Amino acid sequence: MQRLIAFHTILYKEIHRFVRIWPQTLLPSAVTTSLYFLIFGKLIGGRIGEMHGIAYMDYIVPGIILMSVITNAYGNVVASFYSSKFQRNIEEMLIAPVPGWMMLAGYVGGGVARGLAVGGVVMGIAALFTNLKIAHAEVVVLVFLLTAILFSLAGFLNALFANSFDDISIIPNFVLTPLVYLGGVFYSVDLLPDPWKIISLGNPILYMVSAFRYGFLGVSDVSVERAILIIIGFILVLLLWSLWLLKRGTGLKQ
Amino acid sequence: MKALSLSKLTKVYKNGFKALNGINLDVEEGDFFALLGPNGAGKSTTIGIISSLVTKTSGQVSVFGHDLDRAPDAVKRCIGLVPQEINFNQFEKARYIVANQAGYYGIRRSQALKRADECLEVLGLGDKRNQTARLLSGGMKRRLMIARALAHSPRLLILDEPTAGVDIEIRRSMWDYLRQLNRDGTTIILTTHYLEEAENLCRNIAIIDHGDIIENNAMGNLLGKLDNVSFILELRKPLEKLPTLAGYRLSRIDARTLAVDVPVELGIHGLFDVLSLQGIEVTSLRNASNRLEQFFMNLVENGRSDRTSA
Repeated sequence: MQRLIAFHTILYKEIHRFVRIWPQTLLPSAVTTSLYFLIFGKLIGGRIGEMHGIAYMDYIVPGIILMSVITNAYGNVVASFYSSKFQRNIEEMLIAPVPGWMMLAGYVGGGVARGLAVGGVVMGIAALFTNLKIAHAEVVVLVFLLTAILFSLAGFLNALFANSFDDISIIPNFVLTPLVYLGGVFYSVDLLPDPWKIISLGNPILYMVSAFRYGFLGVSDVSVERAILIIIGFILVLLLWSLWLLKRGTGLKQ
Repeated sequence: MKALSLSKLTKVYKNGFKALNGINLDVEEGDFFALLGPNGAGKSTTIGIISSLVTKTSGQVSVFGHDLDRAPDAVKRCIGLVPQEINFNQFEKARYIVANQAGYYGIRRSQALKRADECLEVLGLGDKRNQTARLLSGGMKRRLMIARALAHSPRLLILDEPTAGVDIEIRRSMWDYLRQLNRDGTTIILTTHYLEEAENLCRNIAIIDHGDIIENNAMGNLLGKLDNVSFILELRKPLEKLPTLAGYRLSRIDARTLAVDVPVELGIHGLFDVLSLQGIEVTSLRNASNRLEQFFMNLVENGRSDRTSA
């Protein structure tokens, strides 16, 4: 019971943090995605026509929602956890009877909460621009949650290894952003010529976007079952890695 | 019962630096204990190990009978830590900083908030509880760290230089509070660079230097070991030349100020007699440094010269 209270405290602290600074955490995604819908959907989208038999505007909605979930879940955990390391208030938890797995669960919970909050906001904005329909709600919810968990874990690992603020911006800027943009958010991989199509299939984000799109539109570039298994596989790898590092005290203890 | 027991505690950092060379230390329940030493002596490493922030290389740590390796959670529940550096979230409200700490120890939110208000009140921060931490003054931040350490009512409070950079008035009020806390049953371990603070507050003392405990004694016994006490004398008239006083070592600071080393067996009474005979009138007298500081400096200087000659 005491551990459950400790978990609740970390989760509450994390949610309270991103809600308190909502102009930095919730608002930017709302503005950016509105611009995406306006430019790629309304202005350019009308000239592109259809993709997989679906209007381009509707086609890009799931990818844009998931992109927000990915960047916000990752960004929340990496910024909050590294800031705790930098200010050394992580020591508040290290001296208390809070096991590493609970600390991880609390931070990942915070990342998932922000991913879901921003995803919800973006979905609301999408509903203003398009006639948003959900073909398979269970797939939408599952991929939504799994993706938020996966990128919260990735953000945690990044923060654990980081020794400076540069270290927490390198991965989001130079790894995550290219993977997201090349993960089929704005196009179908079927449009790509052969070597690039095969290379794209090595991008894990492609599977998440495709499965999420299937949940909304009923169309996907890859098998949905395979996509979900791949996401779960990545989660397991990052989870076990995080727990192992926490047990060793990597990045936290001398 | 022993509040803390360290046995053959060693720490070697990854870069090969040996911070602790197998130290042994016992602190009794209810004690007010000073752990002193120069910078880099191993104080913070010792405190880091006890509070689970630093991983020991070998040895045993036991807190109120709980072994750190076998029952780390029980050890953690006994300890409250006030670290040397300000380390709370500067953007959080004071009340939430203390309440969150209580939450990490399993105290429900409603109780944690109540406890936070109590702790802040006793430390004179009741009216600042809803203030963002970064807007508090230096002294208030120090007191906030004590309030946070007390959030779960620990049996052993460890304070790592708690009054660094705090003005004398706040320092004295913090001393009063710590004395009260100790009287109420909390065992306190204090590290400080203000040796006057240790001399005023602590009953027992250990001095650590280069990873070894070089002295561990009751404060009274330790000060009793001093064979010399230094005083500064202010004189009514300027001195032409330094007087010769058998048994006392004198040096002139300026024409009206003398520094005198007084051997304990001769005492200060004899000094005034000899000065009067030579027509030297003293208008005031003060300690050159506090007694513990003098002892500390002797010990550390001796240790340094031993190491140099070795």
